[in-house]
Amino acid sequence: MQGCLALEDGRVFAGVGFGAEGVQTGELVFNTSMTGYQEILTDPSYHKQIVTMTVPHVGNTGINPEDVESDRVWVAGFVVRALSPVVSNWRTQGTLDEYLKAQGVIGLSEVATRALVRHIRDRGVMRAAIAHGEAASEPAALVELACQSPDMSGWNLVDDVTCAEAYHWTERSDPQWYRQHRYDPAGPLVVAYDFGIKRNILRLMTDRGLRVTVVPAQTPAVDVLALNPAGVFLSNGPGDPAAVGYAINNVRQLLGKVPVFGICLGHQILGLALGGRTEKMRFGHRGGNQPVRNWLTGAVEISSHNHGFAVMPDSDLSGAEITHINLNDNTVEGLRHVELGAFSVQYHPEASPGPHDSLYLFDEFVNRVKSGETKSKE
Amino acid sequence: MPKRSDIQTIMVIGSGPIVIGQGCEFDYSGVQACKVLRREGYRVVLVNSNPATIMTDPQFADATYIEPLTPEMCERIIEAEQPDVILPTVGGQTALNLALALHQRGTLEQQGIELIGANLASIQLAEDRQLFKDAMTEIGLKSPPSAVVSTVEDALRVAETLRYPVLVRPSFTLGGSGGGVAYNEADLRTIAERGLMLSPIGQILVDRSLLGWKEYELEVMRDARGNFVVVCTIENLDPMGVHTGDSITVAPAQTLTDKELQRLRDMAKAVLDRVGLATGGANVQFAVNPADGEVYVIEMNPRVSRSSALASKATGFPIAKIAALLAVGFTLDEIPNDITKVTPASFEPSLDYVVVKIPRWNFEKFAGVDRVLGPQMKAVGEVMAIGRTFPEALQKGIRALDIGVMGFGSRLEDAPPESLRLPTAQRLFQVASALYKGMPLQEVAETTGFDPWFVRQMADIIQLQDDIISHIPALPEGERAAALTRDDFLRLKRYGYSDAHIAQLVSANEADVRAYRVMLGVTPSYYRVDTCAAEFEAHTPYLYSTYEEGDESEPTAKPKVMILGGGPNRIGQGIEFDTCCVHACFALKDMGYETIMVNCNPETVSTDYDTADRLYFEPLTAEDVLNIIAVENPDGVVVQFGGQTPLNIAHALHRAGAPIWGTSVETIDLAEDRERFNGLMRELDIPQPDGATALRRDEALRAAERIGYPVLVRPSYVLGGRGMKLAFDRDELAAWLDTQIQWNGHPVLIDQFLDDAFEVDVDALCDGETVTIGGIMQHIEEAGIHSGDSACVLPPYKISLYHIEIIREYTQRIGKALAVKGLFNIQFAIKDEIVYVLEVNPRASRTVPFVSKATGVPLARYAAMIAAGKTLAELDFLDEPRVDGFFVKEAVLPFQKFPGVDARLGPEMRSTGEVMGHASSFGHAFAKAEMAASTTLPLEGAVFISVNDFDKGAVVKIARDLHRLGFTLLATSGTAYWLETVGLPVTTVNKVSEGSPHVVDQIRAGAIQLIINTPRGGRAHADGALIRGAAHLYGVPIITTMSAAMAAVQGIRALKQKPLRVRSLQVHHGQG
Repeated sequence: MQGCLALEDGRVFAGVGFGAEGVQTGELVFNTSMTGYQEILTDPSYHKQIVTMTVPHVGNTGINPEDVESDRVWVAGFVVRALSPVVSNWRTQGTLDEYLKAQGVIGLSEVATRALVRHIRDRGVMRAAIAHGEAASEPAALVELACQSPDMSGWNLVDDVTCAEAYHWTERSDPQWYRQHRYDPAGPLVVAYDFGIKRNILRLMTDRGLRVTVVPAQTPAVDVLALNPAGVFLSNGPGDPAAVGYAINNVRQLLGKVPVFGICLGHQILGLALGGRTEKMRFGHRGGNQPVRNWLTGAVEISSHNHGFAVMPDSDLSGAEITHINLNDNTVEGLRHVELGAFSVQYHPEASPGPHDSLYLFDEFVNRVKSGETKSKE
Repeated sequence: MPKRSDIQTIMVIGSGPIVIGQGCEFDYSGVQACKVLRREGYRVVLVNSNPATIMTDPQFADATYIEPLTPEMCERIIEAEQPDVILPTVGGQTALNLALALHQRGTLEQQGIELIGANLASIQLAEDRQLFKDAMTEIGLKSPPSAVVSTVEDALRVAETLRYPVLVRPSFTLGGSGGGVAYNEADLRTIAERGLMLSPIGQILVDRSLLGWKEYELEVMRDARGNFVVVCTIENLDPMGVHTGDSITVAPAQTLTDKELQRLRDMAKAVLDRVGLATGGANVQFAVNPADGEVYVIEMNPRVSRSSALASKATGFPIAKIAALLAVGFTLDEIPNDITKVTPASFEPSLDYVVVKIPRWNFEKFAGVDRVLGPQMKAVGEVMAIGRTFPEALQKGIRALDIGVMGFGSRLEDAPPESLRLPTAQRLFQVASALYKGMPLQEVAETTGFDPWFVRQMADIIQLQDDIISHIPALPEGERAAALTRDDFLRLKRYGYSDAHIAQLVSANEADVRAYRVMLGVTPSYYRVDTCAAEFEAHTPYLYSTYEEGDESEPTAKPKVMILGGGPNRIGQGIEFDTCCVHACFALKDMGYETIMVNCNPETVSTDYDTADRLYFEPLTAEDVLNIIAVENPDGVVVQFGGQTPLNIAHALHRAGAPIWGTSVETIDLAEDRERFNGLMRELDIPQPDGATALRRDEALRAAERIGYPVLVRPSYVLGGRGMKLAFDRDELAAWLDTQIQWNGHPVLIDQFLDDAFEVDVDALCDGETVTIGGIMQHIEEAGIHSGDSACVLPPYKISLYHIEIIREYTQRIGKALAVKGLFNIQFAIKDEIVYVLEVNPRASRTVPFVSKATGVPLARYAAMIAAGKTLAELDFLDEPRVDGFFVKEAVLPFQKFPGVDARLGPEMRSTGEVMGHASSFGHAFAKAEMAASTTLPLEGAVFISVNDFDKGAVVKIARDLHRLGFTLLATSGTAYWLETVGLPVTTVNKVSEGSPHVVDQIRAGAIQLIINTPRGGRAHADGALIRGAAHLYGVPIITTMSAAMAAVQGIRALKQKPLRVRSLQVHHGQG
């Protein structure tokens, strides 16, 4: 059935709709990962974003119950060049089309995705409206709708995606996916702030013997400290980090009291808590092939990215050092504040989807948590 | 890390002649390595025996040695050039094996030479099947249950425990040489024996067969700091059991989830860690069980490979170039990405398109060959196609093959359903046929082992025909194309349908379809291959077509010339033509033109985005080329360098108004149309062999009677001697006509065969008015052997000056009469004091690179400049170059890969590659050429002689010479009797038919060092075929013509008198 993607600057891309029917708005972004669409769909960081995949064939391996990063699809819309007419994989239990339909998410296929990506690359991410069904026949109205939709800058989306109440996480990852799968006995407690957390982060921490309690984003620092955690984790999540004032405040209160590790939005919030500044990038980084240099070792990691904001290197980070940079555009990709016992990365060491080059960061967190624990016992 | 400053001279080893399993991809990788190493300021010494390569052009190295790739010759080069290090990883298995041999002989240690890019331990670990398997087990990776054995008996024992079928792979051979699938004990005996023979260390691996498992390859790189990237993932359409070189492959992998793919990535990294590859590129192959995802590691190649060339073209990430930089100490993050300019090479390319590679086979040239594909590679070339989707890329790939099939389903080959199980060259067309007839998709997937995802995509291609074509109304011819709407066209085009295929479907002609399509405004966009899925701007115009909005071609307004490449390599049209295309490209660039290359062969230098200013990776069909012309609007289109492929579409391009530069289409026609050409020769008073054309069987037989047997017959319009036959009598001709010819209006050509004639090849240039000869080559084999399979020597060594003068004069006359503008090639034959013209080709020929190497004159370059309007006078090339010493070109034949095929030479070309030997004497040059072709002439031992009656006179002198040179003579009874009558001591050996111990037993036992065997006539003895087969199997030099035998005697004598010496081309041509 007819489908359409209308951009706020008036550009319109036609397509064939799949998944749910209707209209939805969001920030139009693209992802260059060649695999992992199911992980991307269910990553809460894509909340209010219409995701375009650059890889043409999508849906080939169907949908399985394992490869989800949360309990629902979060993207506001999903744009591909060629929706697979068939599913082929030994783990599959359904098709992408059915999945999006069941989740009420609009998909659009047969779109000139490369032209679309070049448009975004040249002009920056922008708001768009995606339509499947009758609404698609009125592109002008859709453009108008896109223009009226909220801008990502200044938008707190964490409130939408965080959990309602705290819970314990115990699931470990499936050993078959990791060469050196860890199965450490349960050890120190870590509190993970859920700004939109991906399950693989939780699994990898659990594999390494951390007992993880996930708490809602708004949980005050004192409540977290009351749990006497050996470490605090700041998760990934959607929206503008600067708009999540309470989180920045909470982190400020935690710094120096407990080891802190942040990923993605968590990294940005740490940067803001340290006094730094974040800015919106023109079109961000979304993909599984980004080269990041670890300044501490000199090594280059091929890493998984999903961020539209970044911590600015010229801002005052209270003496934190920049540990990782992106070799493509020199974006800050990692911070460390030794005295305060905090570190963070802008990218996704948990991958899922993406390469596993940066798993060591979880080991580092575990080491810090454990050594911190030893220190406090002395 | 900065580059190493402790190195000055780097020796690069090439891969030698093009053979099955080791093609011109190594010319591409070698050229890249040489270029970048010199750019970094190193002195590069190159050794490669193959004169047809671009890498052996003197401009790519400081010292270029076209010498046999043997340890002995390499040692001499090392002595002369004193390299600090050797880079053995860009020359395929040949280079690795040579490096290993130099190590084993202690040369590397004595000379203090380091290997860079790979170390010996890792080469050994990756190549030795058992060591590799053990290492994999050690790091927790599974490999197929198997055992390494050194005897046939052990192989049988192992097979019992593994259960049949089993897969046999010899250690240390390239292209899976000697491998095979054994379904029972008898199979295994044969395959194991051959495999043990072919493995340089007498070792084979017997594996449980994984027939039906999915096969994946990861092309990876790592640097000295341990930074690791996956450049490309490749999924094979054909399941496990078919050599990857014979598989249709797809990039990126299509049917793996991220978790499954990352698992392979982690495993690949672990394999590299364990094998210990210090820096460079490698490829790791995996088998994945489609039922549960279980993974086996199959093998790892610690070097650049055919797959890495493909991956480089598929992604825009130049693996060989980067591997060379890593080998001298750079790290990935220090090397910029050529395409984006702003990002580093330490990343993993993201593809927003699909790449399909399809192999090209030449089975029709090898009667008796087992056409079932297996673990031993049989393809002689390949095409790559880029499309936004798999159907589009598949269809482009099929038409790029240049086999007259215009798309998936345009050729249907009916076959019983169960035969879909057998992997063959036809299977793709059989699948199309099965889908067309409605075989359930699941059944197609199950029988072929193709993933259901691919089968469905294929079915959708066929379905579209039904949807669109079957619903168009019947219209009179000429209007049928008009029945298609713009939307229909768009849908068909987005599925990769060619105009020719659409024309076939609607019974219209292609030009009408095209005109109508263009009128409807359905034209392609050109997208860029940019390594990054458009995340960054691409500064390199590496383009492919697709029917989607957003053209990125951005043509310039500069003066520009388009060069059409040769398409897939095949026997008769190989790397020589790519070399010419590349030269033409460089020449036109130097003249200030923007150059545009169009080609679809991923193995080549021409499809390196570094070669031309703009690269269109597209099929070489009239439609695809005209589409590009419409966008680029070039000042000229050059068709004479890519062999027959571009020439075949020259007419269509010309009719559509394309500005063909150089030799005109009219001249091409005049040379190719037999009647017109004969008329011209009569006019010029130049003799031709008597000939006739026949449209019926009786006409053909009558013509043959008149001309007189033996006659050379062939269907009209053939390439590389395809289908040619030498018929010695009426019965033979009749049998051939009855089995090979369908009388459907295409004539059969019957020519007088010039028995015992000398053949001569001439390459010359003409600017329309003046002709200058580039080189005159004499064939060493007499007439009747295809020129491509014959050894030849420059300058001629046995032709009188008088005849050479006549040849020169005829060449002048023909060039001027045809008003050639560029290169042309003439084949002459000399018999009974008469010089005949056999054939004229108004294009670059197979021998142009050889002549250029021998003379130091860049013929292809000059030809391109002539095409662009220069005259020979302006080029200051008016005199035929003098040749210093002798240059012998020898053909390399693939019989070892095709057991069961009679290895006799004939009028049908069957060689895949060539080598060159040069020296100041003919004997040394010939000996070197033989050595380079892996048939090193023996200096002592026994020679077995068995010749036909015609040759008995000539063989006496040869036998006497060999006897005087110290050889023992062995012969079959007939020949032995003859030799005895002239007083030579000879031992009679049984023919095979006479029972053991017979000649093949002797060959097997290593009791024979040289074989002279001249077959003759259509009913050549089965004995002869067995002898030739055994010779190829056991690597005993075999000579099948008298003239070659005489040359061999000269070679042996020369070797005994004086050792071989080496000399670089630069020194030879006074540029050193």
